[in-house]
Amino acid sequence: MSIDLSQFIPSFLEESLEGLELMETSLLNLQQGDDDSINAIFRAAHSIKGGAGTFGFNEVTEFTHLVETLLDEMRDGRREIAQPDIELLLVSVDCLRILIEAIRDEEACNNSNILATAKRLELALDNSNSESRCKLSNETSDQQNNALSTWLITFIPEPHLVQTGNDPLLLFNALSELGEVSLEAHSKDIPSLLELDAEALYLSWSLAIKTSANEDDIKEVFEWVEDECQLTITKKPIDIQDEKSLVAPLHDEMTELTLAKQKPSTAVSVTQEKKSQKAKNDSGSIRVGVDKVDSLINLVGELVITQSMLSELGNDFEMSKLARLTTGLEQLLQNTKELQESVMRIRMLPISFVFNRFPRLVHDLSKKTGKEITLVIDGEQTELDKTVMEQIGDPLVHLVRNAVDHGIESKAVRLANGKAEKGTITLAAYHQGGNIVIEINDDGGGINRQAVFEKALEKGIVDANTTLSESQVFDLIFEPGFSTAKELSDISGRGVGMDVVKKNIQSLGGRIQIESEPGKGSQFKVYLPLTLAILDGQLVKVGSEVYIIPLVTIVESLQVKEQLVNRVSGDMVLYRLREDNVPIIPIYNLFNIPAENKEISNALLVVVEADGQKVGLMVDDLLAQQQVVVKSLNENYQQVDGISGATILGDGSVAMILDIPGMIQMALKKSQRAQQVKLANKPQLAGVSS
Amino acid sequence: MDIQALAAEIPMEGEYNLEGIDFISSGKQFLAFILAQEQYAVDILCVEEIRSWENPTKIPNAPSYVKGVINMRGIIVPIIDLRLKFGIGDANYSETTVVIVLTVENEDKSRTIGFVVDAVSDVLNSEDDEVKNAPDFGGCVPQKYIDGLINVGDNVVTLLNVQALQAIEAH
Repeated sequence: MSIDLSQFIPSFLEESLEGLELMETSLLNLQQGDDDSINAIFRAAHSIKGGAGTFGFNEVTEFTHLVETLLDEMRDGRREIAQPDIELLLVSVDCLRILIEAIRDEEACNNSNILATAKRLELALDNSNSESRCKLSNETSDQQNNALSTWLITFIPEPHLVQTGNDPLLLFNALSELGEVSLEAHSKDIPSLLELDAEALYLSWSLAIKTSANEDDIKEVFEWVEDECQLTITKKPIDIQDEKSLVAPLHDEMTELTLAKQKPSTAVSVTQEKKSQKAKNDSGSIRVGVDKVDSLINLVGELVITQSMLSELGNDFEMSKLARLTTGLEQLLQNTKELQESVMRIRMLPISFVFNRFPRLVHDLSKKTGKEITLVIDGEQTELDKTVMEQIGDPLVHLVRNAVDHGIESKAVRLANGKAEKGTITLAAYHQGGNIVIEINDDGGGINRQAVFEKALEKGIVDANTTLSESQVFDLIFEPGFSTAKELSDISGRGVGMDVVKKNIQSLGGRIQIESEPGKGSQFKVYLPLTLAILDGQLVKVGSEVYIIPLVTIVESLQVKEQLVNRVSGDMVLYRLREDNVPIIPIYNLFNIPAENKEISNALLVVVEADGQKVGLMVDDLLAQQQVVVKSLNENYQQVDGISGATILGDGSVAMILDIPGMIQMALKKSQRAQQVKLANKPQLAGVSS
Repeated sequence: MDIQALAAEIPMEGEYNLEGIDFISSGKQFLAFILAQEQYAVDILCVEEIRSWENPTKIPNAPSYVKGVINMRGIIVPIIDLRLKFGIGDANYSETTVVIVLTVENEDKSRTIGFVVDAVSDVLNSEDDEVKNAPDFGGCVPQKYIDGLINVGDNVVTLLNVQALQAIEAH
């Protein structure tokens, strides 16, 4: 029976990367005496080694073996869990990741870093080994050839061993990596041909291995099969000459085997196999919980029932059955909705996929900058669409880097300002309405508004005469080429980035908001839509056109009462909504389209909110609320101000989806233009707001 | 039924005789249409479909020649009135007013745009060397939209550059 192992390589790679992530997280939290963590790390390393061995990725196996040995010493308490070792292990994790990614991308990996790290690992191991060997040599001083000893192993597997997927040959190969192996197979238990079960294993072996490894190392090789065999391992420090003569005839055979294993041809065929699989993998994969799939199957079952009920009803329909038809259709609606939600949920992943990289990032950065920083992560189980997730990673990394570099002050400054020596960065994610909000908080120095403004002046982004609101000043840091860092550092400060961050977030249909208090810290809030494809909308009518207002932006809809309308400072029309004064934006005016009703009195007002600003949109009529599928206008046309996309309504016509923040910007610009026209006799101020 | 007799009725290769339809062996085919009284043509391979005029959904603050967008089998397609864009004739919408939907694939993306014309007139066959250079005497249609002129009988048909038309709203 031959199995094409290469089909399992992608899942091995995926699992290895996950294992590395786990190792990294645990390493960062590792403390003395924390057996659980160290065991978890060890297990992760061990399965990577095992998998790599099975698939013949020798580089990975060898490297992981070193890591594992080091971890083993820590596990057994032979080695203190010290910071330098943890650093070394973290670097090793990076190297392993490079190696595994190289396998995935089918690139040769000649990173000198990996060799160097391997050397460092060996060195670290040697130090401890020589120590322990010293102790050993006191006990067995007659042993000159340090730690090279011969072990005798009898291995009597249960007959069903091979049926559980284990192969003695692989075990022996693994053993031969520890040292010279010689073995003898015993075939005395093989029954006569009539009684023979073709799938059972009747052989047993006795082996001799000459190795520097200890008993545990040997046991470890048999770890996966130890419940399914009788295994005895005894140390036999016999005369070397004697041993050789005993072992010689079998010895050759074994080396031949090892050689065959390492022949390049095997490796080549593996890579070729992978190439064909790579195309498949490029589309990416999602791990979906069984519960999600089950609920999907249930829903489809219900849908089928509804469908058969409806088609039965349709076979001989009479008006008397109308009520049943309506119920059926309602049921269909319900089923479709649930099915849709369920399918959407498949694409949703917990945000921990993104957050997981930050402990390491902050750890490394704090080392680099000499700042002590605690990272607090909150709400990592919040779920988010996979596409959004993939694209939000880099912007978040940027924001966290900034928080470390610019946000948190140096220790001395913190102490001088009466703060705790250790800075805190908090990452939090939660749902709010139809959005997911990701917060990046730091308790650092905050953003210096004056410095930002002066820098903007210097760069010619703003004019000295302009007065800007607090949030407008903060928005300046998203301008291209803007950085207030006095010195360039290799972490941040080159002024590329914040504009890209904003652009990336906007391209996902999200937005970013800054709050900052000097001396107390800053807060970056990233608002992202839960999913990009579907939106709950309120249909409104203006003139002959139907527009869709995203339901999440709507605060309330009301009929205008004449006495609550106020005209202030010239042309601005405000509506008193309880305590707030809300500017009224007539859509027909903003979009230059005809409308039925241009009078403000008795008009219908939809109060919407975006970026903390409430406005009242004047519409002719309120129509239905429904879910709409968002289609892009960019695909065949171009971005339109005030419009975020289009959708197709039930009757086949196209309706525009309003972009509320964009409309507010438009209205602002329009009123500013109007003001400029009025101030035309003061030309030096013209063009400021552009 | 006699299968032999049926088989005999099926024309052999090369025996097709469909009157009134020209099959081309070389050269290109163009779809000709009318703007005001003038004849224009585009490469027929770019034509996605020809639709009758329907009122599109308006795009806010768009130029006057961008009439809006329509739903073509789930795709949002912008509609551009060539008569308004080029300033030829009156832009009134009658029963023969049609929309020619063109799709052009550029290197990385394809765009689909519908163009309003007065009527579709003909399908032309033309060899490459029959396309003459158009003299630049500054008509209504900017030179960059014109690929050349084709003589058809006594008439002249202006061949429009589809690539340039695809980028039309940017100009």
